[in-house]
Amino acid sequence: MSTGKMVKIYLYTRFERFWHWLQALLIFMLLLTGFEVHGTFSLFGFQRAVELHNFFGLSWIILFVFIVFWVFTTGEWRQYIPTTKKLFAVMRYYSSGIFKGEPHPVKKSSRAKHNPLQRLTYLGLTAVLLSLQMFTGFLYYMYNDWAVWGLSFLGLGFLAIVHLACAFLILSFVVVHIYMTTTGHTIGAHIAAMFSGWEEVEEGEEEDWEIRQRR
Amino acid sequence: MRMKKRWLRVGMAMAMALACCVPSAATAETEDTVAPGRQLARQAVREDARQLWITADHSRFPLLKEEFGTAPEVTKACLSCHNEAALQFHKTIHWTWIDPNDETGKTGKGGLTVNNFCINILSNEPRCTSCHAGYGWRDKDFDFSSQQNVDCLVCHEQTGTYKKFPTMAGFPVSEPTPFDGKTFEPPNYNAIAQSVSRPTRNNCGTCHFYGGGGDAVKHGDLDSSMFNPSKNLDVHMGIDGQNFDCVRCHTTRLHQIAGRIYSTPAVEERKSLLEDDLTPKIMCESCHGAHPHKANFKANDHTDKVACQACHIPTFARVIPTKMWWDWSLAGDTSRPVTKDEFGMTSYDPKKGEFLWAKDVIPVYHWFNGAIDTLTADRTIDPSREVKVSWPMGDMNDHKSRIMPFKVHRGKTPYDKVRNNMVIPKLFGPKGSGAYWAEYDWTVAVEKGMAYAGLPFSGEVGFVETSYVYPTTHMVAPKEQTLACKACHSRNGRLNNLGGFYMPGRDTVRVLDVGGWSIVVASLVGVALHALGRVFSGRSKRKEN
Repeated sequence: MSTGKMVKIYLYTRFERFWHWLQALLIFMLLLTGFEVHGTFSLFGFQRAVELHNFFGLSWIILFVFIVFWVFTTGEWRQYIPTTKKLFAVMRYYSSGIFKGEPHPVKKSSRAKHNPLQRLTYLGLTAVLLSLQMFTGFLYYMYNDWAVWGLSFLGLGFLAIVHLACAFLILSFVVVHIYMTTTGHTIGAHIAAMFSGWEEVEEGEEEDWEIRQRR
Repeated sequence: MRMKKRWLRVGMAMAMALACCVPSAATAETEDTVAPGRQLARQAVREDARQLWITADHSRFPLLKEEFGTAPEVTKACLSCHNEAALQFHKTIHWTWIDPNDETGKTGKGGLTVNNFCINILSNEPRCTSCHAGYGWRDKDFDFSSQQNVDCLVCHEQTGTYKKFPTMAGFPVSEPTPFDGKTFEPPNYNAIAQSVSRPTRNNCGTCHFYGGGGDAVKHGDLDSSMFNPSKNLDVHMGIDGQNFDCVRCHTTRLHQIAGRIYSTPAVEERKSLLEDDLTPKIMCESCHGAHPHKANFKANDHTDKVACQACHIPTFARVIPTKMWWDWSLAGDTSRPVTKDEFGMTSYDPKKGEFLWAKDVIPVYHWFNGAIDTLTADRTIDPSREVKVSWPMGDMNDHKSRIMPFKVHRGKTPYDKVRNNMVIPKLFGPKGSGAYWAEYDWTVAVEKGMAYAGLPFSGEVGFVETSYVYPTTHMVAPKEQTLACKACHSRNGRLNNLGGFYMPGRDTVRVLDVGGWSIVVASLVGVALHALGRVFSGRSKRKEN
């Protein structure tokens, strides 16, 4: 089990890192321009903000199609199968163990990049929150075609509220997500891994909680 | 594994290529597709093209070289060739001053419609009808069937010397007559008659720039600055630009001139001049089409709900100040001198009361289907609030309505305090006639005016606040001066008076904003506390070590 010795493993492939960072950039720009369109502040100017928002939004949808395609063709979707195994152990670790210097209860491996809490979070984020945001955003963008599409019953106000609510949730995720990157064995370890693809983990055997998933 | 890696590389390259494609697709500089009508309009105003349809030189007609004693004799000469012209003209609003769409025949400045200015022409005809395109409308007995009384010259003469005397019911003077510091000369009918041609903006402006009895009084977008406007003031009429005459847009069918008046129905179809060269109602779309902007430009998506004028006329009265307020209730103080404001415009006149003028005015926006409803003096009003003397028709849910900019003129206007209706005062007339401007007695003036109009009057005059609207449609600014999106799409934008629909940048749900930011702030506080916890526990751990 835990020996305390660190080994480097290759966790994130090139495309994975590419889509992660491109998506990060897109989400950041979408939040920035989106809240300007919403009237929260002035930065680019309304017109420019709308144009940029549309551009980044459409780019995101295209990227997302590639991400989903990649996840399914590479079999990486298995990394997102939700499980409650060790979920509470992870939660207990982040709420108390981390302060006591305990080791993380779940080790990373190329077969299990995400701990159970990450699995749940990322699955919910990707399948529900981001999808809903892209869907409502696209509908918002196509507002002038609603009548042709028979969608006139949809209110722009209702759609805008859903889109904005999702934006707040995404922003909240971004805050927590960025903070969580500092919880590795060094402050920058997780971020460095997301650039290089190599993550330093404690040496040890694969754990049974994810082995069973493989079959 | 190697195969897989190579495949991934291809996918990555594709994703990047696609992502890079989007900007060029979204803001594609596709060849600026010039609307066909626009191209036609440009052709039509070319100097050499203007002469193409002229087949007669009026200076060579022997008939027009004969001596003319009076103006109607000139009309008679015109009609000897243009023998349908007067009959056509009799059917137009320029002659009847009555809205042809109102079956009761009461709507129009020649009917019972009241306005915020000199209120109504009944009993004031000699003064008001100096702008009538006819001769001799001095009272109710005017013969509207007379062909000879049609004034062809005021619209068609091109010497610029043809002047009608202000208080002679549309007649030019027959001998030199001094008035208001100027001397009116009898016209040289030969020169004037021989000059006739298609109406220019000088012809139209002679009356339409001076509505309400003075320059820029009524309209904020039509005043004497439009005789020779710069491109900056009016991109179509600018003498350094397209140099359009009024009739370029206000197309004419049998002397019926396209334009927006009273209850004229909203356009059923917004078609271009290419589809129908004589659409009864001319509008921006007639030349520019329904999607006049560059492909993929967001403004194209606005044309179903927002009139072009809303963005393209950011302010009106950009050169000459226009009258915004007229308080009749303060009139009659003959001890108070006539005063001028900072623009040099009259701010107080004992005959008329108090005025406010403004320049560079930001319009008020309303849903508008192209028709204006007006108040007549026989209708009951509610004097406890502002009385809308005229107001735009239209509604957010009506697909024919667009958001349109308006000049809203406000004032205090006399009404019948007991019967609750607007009144028609006799303003103009000699001493002893009961006219307000001769005797300064409202009760007598209203009594005379209402009796003349055949309407009852209780004998008690009050004053009520009134508003009057003018669609702002001229003084279209060059595209560089178009309103920015933010003018409307912001918390305190120009469209804040229009409710019932969601507009990005303006509208929000407070609960959602507060709740959303609370979650974000809670997340920040949460991670900050967590980080602090780690810092302090880390320190204590190190100490233990």
